[in-house]
Amino acid sequence: MGKATVIPFGPQHPVLPEPLHLDLVVEDEKVIEAIPQIGFVHRGLEKLVETRDYNQFIYVAERICGICAFGHSMGYAETVERLMGVEIPTRAEYLRVIWHELSRIHSHILWMGLAADAFGFESLFMHCWRLRERVLDIFEKTTGGRVIFSVVKVGGVVRDIDKLQFNEIKRVLEGIKHDYNQLCKAFLKDTSVKNRTVGVGYISHEDALDLSMVGPFARASSVNNDSRCLGNGGYKFLSDFQPIMDGQGDCYARVKVRALEVLQSIDIIEEMIAKIPEGDIAVPVKGSPADGAESSNVVEQPRGECYYYARGNGSKYLERMRMRTPTSQNLGGMTKVLAGCDLADVNMIVLTIDPCISCTER
Amino acid sequence: MAFASKSPWVIHYDASSCNGCDIEVLAALCPGYDVERFGIINTGNPKHADIFLVTGSVNERNIDVVKEIYDQMVEPKIVVACGICACTGGIFHDCYNVIGGVDKAIPVDVYAPGCAVRPEAIIDAVVQAIGILDEKSKALAAARKGA
Repeated sequence: MGKATVIPFGPQHPVLPEPLHLDLVVEDEKVIEAIPQIGFVHRGLEKLVETRDYNQFIYVAERICGICAFGHSMGYAETVERLMGVEIPTRAEYLRVIWHELSRIHSHILWMGLAADAFGFESLFMHCWRLRERVLDIFEKTTGGRVIFSVVKVGGVVRDIDKLQFNEIKRVLEGIKHDYNQLCKAFLKDTSVKNRTVGVGYISHEDALDLSMVGPFARASSVNNDSRCLGNGGYKFLSDFQPIMDGQGDCYARVKVRALEVLQSIDIIEEMIAKIPEGDIAVPVKGSPADGAESSNVVEQPRGECYYYARGNGSKYLERMRMRTPTSQNLGGMTKVLAGCDLADVNMIVLTIDPCISCTER
Repeated sequence: MAFASKSPWVIHYDASSCNGCDIEVLAALCPGYDVERFGIINTGNPKHADIFLVTGSVNERNIDVVKEIYDQMVEPKIVVACGICACTGGIFHDCYNVIGGVDKAIPVDVYAPGCAVRPEAIIDAVVQAIGILDEKSKALAAARKGA
């Protein structure tokens, strides 16, 4: 065995669009330890809750992360609605689920592109991002924004989607489904892709439970933790929901879980569009959260379960707003998987947890 | 030295942005907007880059990284601040860990506003940057001749 060397990975690294620093302790080509250093994206967002009232903070919450933007604004709005005991119209709940599942599709396809880039399949990366543009077009048509929508407010949503737009969404999704199945074939059947993913970065079911991993990372080790099963918000209207799981626990399984979740999200959106009732999209919210009132909420974001906690103090400003985001849960699992892997597999493993650093550090 | 402006290479760094602008920077490079057809290529190496696209409001932790990347780039070089956070600090301007704008750390040539910045705005900013790059390389060549 050779002498241990420390190789710095990041914060500026071509494979990561986001800054994460890893000190990789390597012996020959084997990584023996990975020490993450974070803080490159810390802004101190939770503190802003003291200077922005609960209606304004929704725009800050949305900018916790630009990829799961809708999930954060929805999660925050639901938490404050619980805090104040606000019942929102059913149509608004349906609309939130539709947008949230659309963002899951966009996030997963984006991730698959980055994963393809990580294993050096440049054209597959481009194809994924080309497909993703069509989802962004739906966002632009229905909300006006491409990545940040500002469409949720406390008490409902700001914009409605009309029948014509629903038909358009259904038509576009049908087209996406067709092209997406071809992309899936490349990800799940192609030998050169399989060589990079099968058996790489294995984590067992027990370890996944011990390290409280969340999201597709855990579901690839057959941990059933999809919080959509809880039926929060609009998810209670789904007729049937079975989380997608896999028992292999390697990079391939994680790619597969995410790949199938996109198709599942398309099914959810189609069901929601078929069942959506007519009615109002928002209720007026007056007053402020009571002193000492507390509420919590769980949202299944593209990267996993995100937990929200809010506490009122009788004024328009919240006393405390806290989020526990999926990537911070998964970092422990990531360092565990990295120990013992090949140096060349590091970028693949780091990507398969789908790190969202700006969620983690806020 | 005008050849740099025919095919400028860009480097992107996320200086505490929320990802929204980062994925738009990448979207501008990918099909849909596809600036690669004009010879604009994303590189990971500061020494190969002509244009530095910075997103985010810059915090205490990454200000050194931003300066380091800027210092490693070879003259002539252009800095484009992408997104309102990179321009002024935006919605996070009064956060305790935010310095507020890339221009507090390094000199910025072009500002591209928006939250999140649209790919069209990035392309527009890069086109402006190419003009400035041309001027800078001419000035550099003239200085060399004079010396």
